[in-house]
Amino acid sequence: MSYTIEGETGPWEIVVGLEVHAQVISEAKLFSGAATGFGAAPNTQVSFVDAGFPGMLPVINRECVAQAVRTGLGLNAQINLWSRFDRKNYFYADLPNGYQISQFAHPIIGTGVVEITLGDGSTKEIGVTRLHLEQDAGKSLHDQHPTKSFIDLNRAGVALMEIVSEPDMRSPEEAGAYLTKLRQILRYLGTCDGNMDEGSMRADVNVSVRKSGEGFRTRCEVKNVNSIRFVMQAVEAEARRQIEVWETGGEVTQETRLFDTGRGTTRSMRSKEDAHDYRYFPDPDLPPLVLDAAWVEGLRAALPELPDARRARYVAMGLTPYDAHVLTLEKETAAFFDVVARGRDAKIAANWVTGDFFAALNRLKRDITDPPVTAENLGALLDLLADNTLSGKLAKEVFEIMIETGKSPGAIVEEKGLKQVTDTGAIEAVIDGVLAANADKVAEYRSGKDKLFGFFVGQTMRAMQGKGNPALVNELLKKKLG
Amino acid sequence: MRATDFTIAGALTALEEGAISAEELTRAHVAGIEALNPRLNAYVTVTAEQAIEAAQASDARRAKGEAGPLDGIPLAIKDLFCTEGVRTTAASRILHNFVPPYESTVTTQLKRDGAVFLGKANLDEFAMGSSNLTSAYGAVQNPWNRRNDPDTVLVPGGSSGGSAAAVAARLALGATGTDTGGSIRQPAAFCGVAGIKPTYGRCSRFGIVAFASSLDQAGPFARTVEDCAVLLRSMSGFDPKDSTSAEVAVPDFRAACGRSVKGLRIGVPKEYRLDGLAPEITALWEQGLAWLRDAGAEIVEISLPHAQYALPTYYIVAPAEASSNLARYDGVRFGLREDGRDLKDLYEKTRAAGFGAEVKRRIMIGTYVLSAGYYDAYYLKAQKIRALIARDFTEAYQKVDAIVTPATPSAAFAEGENTDDPVTMYLNDIFTVTANLAGLPGLSVPAGLDAQGLPLGLQVLGRSFDEETVFAVGSAIERAAAFTARPRVMA
Repeated sequence: MSYTIEGETGPWEIVVGLEVHAQVISEAKLFSGAATGFGAAPNTQVSFVDAGFPGMLPVINRECVAQAVRTGLGLNAQINLWSRFDRKNYFYADLPNGYQISQFAHPIIGTGVVEITLGDGSTKEIGVTRLHLEQDAGKSLHDQHPTKSFIDLNRAGVALMEIVSEPDMRSPEEAGAYLTKLRQILRYLGTCDGNMDEGSMRADVNVSVRKSGEGFRTRCEVKNVNSIRFVMQAVEAEARRQIEVWETGGEVTQETRLFDTGRGTTRSMRSKEDAHDYRYFPDPDLPPLVLDAAWVEGLRAALPELPDARRARYVAMGLTPYDAHVLTLEKETAAFFDVVARGRDAKIAANWVTGDFFAALNRLKRDITDPPVTAENLGALLDLLADNTLSGKLAKEVFEIMIETGKSPGAIVEEKGLKQVTDTGAIEAVIDGVLAANADKVAEYRSGKDKLFGFFVGQTMRAMQGKGNPALVNELLKKKLG
Repeated sequence: MRATDFTIAGALTALEEGAISAEELTRAHVAGIEALNPRLNAYVTVTAEQAIEAAQASDARRAKGEAGPLDGIPLAIKDLFCTEGVRTTAASRILHNFVPPYESTVTTQLKRDGAVFLGKANLDEFAMGSSNLTSAYGAVQNPWNRRNDPDTVLVPGGSSGGSAAAVAARLALGATGTDTGGSIRQPAAFCGVAGIKPTYGRCSRFGIVAFASSLDQAGPFARTVEDCAVLLRSMSGFDPKDSTSAEVAVPDFRAACGRSVKGLRIGVPKEYRLDGLAPEITALWEQGLAWLRDAGAEIVEISLPHAQYALPTYYIVAPAEASSNLARYDGVRFGLREDGRDLKDLYEKTRAAGFGAEVKRRIMIGTYVLSAGYYDAYYLKAQKIRALIARDFTEAYQKVDAIVTPATPSAAFAEGENTDDPVTMYLNDIFTVTANLAGLPGLSVPAGLDAQGLPLGLQVLGRSFDEETVFAVGSAIERAAAFTARPRVMA
């Protein structure tokens, strides 16, 4: 059943396409050597090139190109060995050159595809139209002075990838799933950190609505939405607005809108008539960007494992699709799991990571990048379980101590003497004592009161301070009582 | 011999022999500038003190045996080259207070080789013009005058008018220029000096205020072809800071000046035999070809069928790029700022006050040809013709080794004679723009005088990165012409 919004005139389909601006992870800017770190003091990461000084010229940063190509490969997209930079001309105070260097006619990456997974477990392919490299602008600060605006050019010239999707999404959920997946792929590739709250990833959301079976109606673009949740809200709010316009006899006009996160509605920013004429033309300061096919293949060969492949591998290792999905959402989690599971039972490893370990993260409000227990130590704990050094119950105790102390499970077992007793002679000696001290209960048991078996197990374990191997305790008790 | 009358080659010998010191050489030029610049206005900024200090440092280097290939040679630097700590105006009001905190690559290399900078030479505003009349710092006078009309002030040509006038008037031994459509070759011809625009990509554009990025190219002026060769060698070379600079070796251009032209095939484009071309220009052209024939070269008629579209093509491409390149002069970060009610008002007031009429005209033309709905008809069409013009040359160079044409359609004119109609002014570039559109090297060499006693130049064009043949042919013309005439005004 496809997603629709019920209007006065019946159900409406919605059509969504996203333009995502993703900041490239690189030491230096796209066309200058200035640094790109987030949060630096204003105007401390600005070269004369970034500030548009007379006679300054752009020189392309090879690493930014490599990052765009890696991303293209990760999106199963066509890599264009010949691409070109154009100037997009407009005046603004935080655009020092009066133009942005972008790729208009010949982007570095062509069509690709992203597979999204929806809540019901179904999958859908979303087309990627193109990816191109461009410069970011600086930042205008209007709230620092009553009559003046301040400009911070730290961001000016930082490399962005604009990733344009096909209008293939049909619900807020699909839009959210696409953005989630895209972000996941970029983070796996290490080409964008995906930090939407720092602005290193932002989306322009194109929305239109239509009746079933129709072609596309006029779309509106909701600019600069900066979280996945807001994208989903913006899609729905804008779709509802357009439905109301159509149903009250109006006509949706193509325009650029802004999403008001407080009110959960969109409002007009500028109409098509007010749109800039950007006067794109090839940047004469930059020759066409020509890539060597062998260089691209080298990047392809060095690509990390991507989420889809990793999930499939986990399923093949015996994990449930759900666990595989959860463990691959963040590449740091998957990397953690890989260390825990290496050479061990993958299913038990998954249970521990998604169970006790995730619970601990939640409880302690810690992040996977700052885990309370290292993957190596968690793996060592599983080894102690596997070789019967620890019972399941003891293992949980040790795990809690590991969280508190950060010590390795081996050291904890050693220190606290928590080692499980598997020496049958020792267990038998304890059992003998328990039975001797409870001769009456033994008689009752032997006369048919089977329920008393649990009592003997409890007594034995207590006498052993919980360290007796439960299976052995059971087995030996049965033998002695039998 | 007067110290200001040296050639660069001669001065280098005299310096090496100790016949003169760099300080003496520089002081002689500074004195000349003090005497004549108030009249000629060839320099926008004179850096006399720094020049003398640099000359003293040069003498010290030479004493230690560490002299560079240009050590102690006093030069004028077109005020389009950014010079660290020295105001750089592009002859525009909008940069009246701009002191770059960096140095252009070309001037860095000249300094590296020991050159002494006397100051910043006047030019047309942002290098847009063919007369030096568009400078915000006043016109430059051509040091030459008509024989029977000595009181009429003539223009030095443009845009590198100050550079050409300074070299002609002995206010520098050489100068840097830039050439976007003829801005070195036309003023060289008007002022009776030599000047070369090398192949696009030969000199780095880093630190040169941009006019039209795909056409701009730096080059030298000097009083001999050999001196141009000496300067160009220092100015050339790959620069990682300019993505359009070429990774090719820099040959010994000076050695090429001595090469024989015997057996070279010299092309004469039939399309350049324009109707209405002044008979004196035609005669000089024929004379130049005769000299080359006498020196053993073969003269071959060639065809450049698309050359007739070069000027309109140029006047679409250059303003289009300029309209974008000049957007950065907005009053926000440097240069002139005229405060406004809001950002748009600040832009409008700053740019209205900061730019002169010719610059505004070209920004408007450029904005127009790039606008939605006009782009295909103008800019895209012009790019296609540009490719055809380049192809014409490629085909011509299958048959010939160099091409010789007049440098300009006339000798220097007076202010007011050519300036009412911008299109007439644009025609000055008719012989020179093709080399910019095709990215090819072109040299202007003084070859004779017109009936009024004004210098006329011939242009030698060559293959891409074959400046050596251009220098050989230019030197042959120079030797045959034995041009010894001097301007009326000189130090």
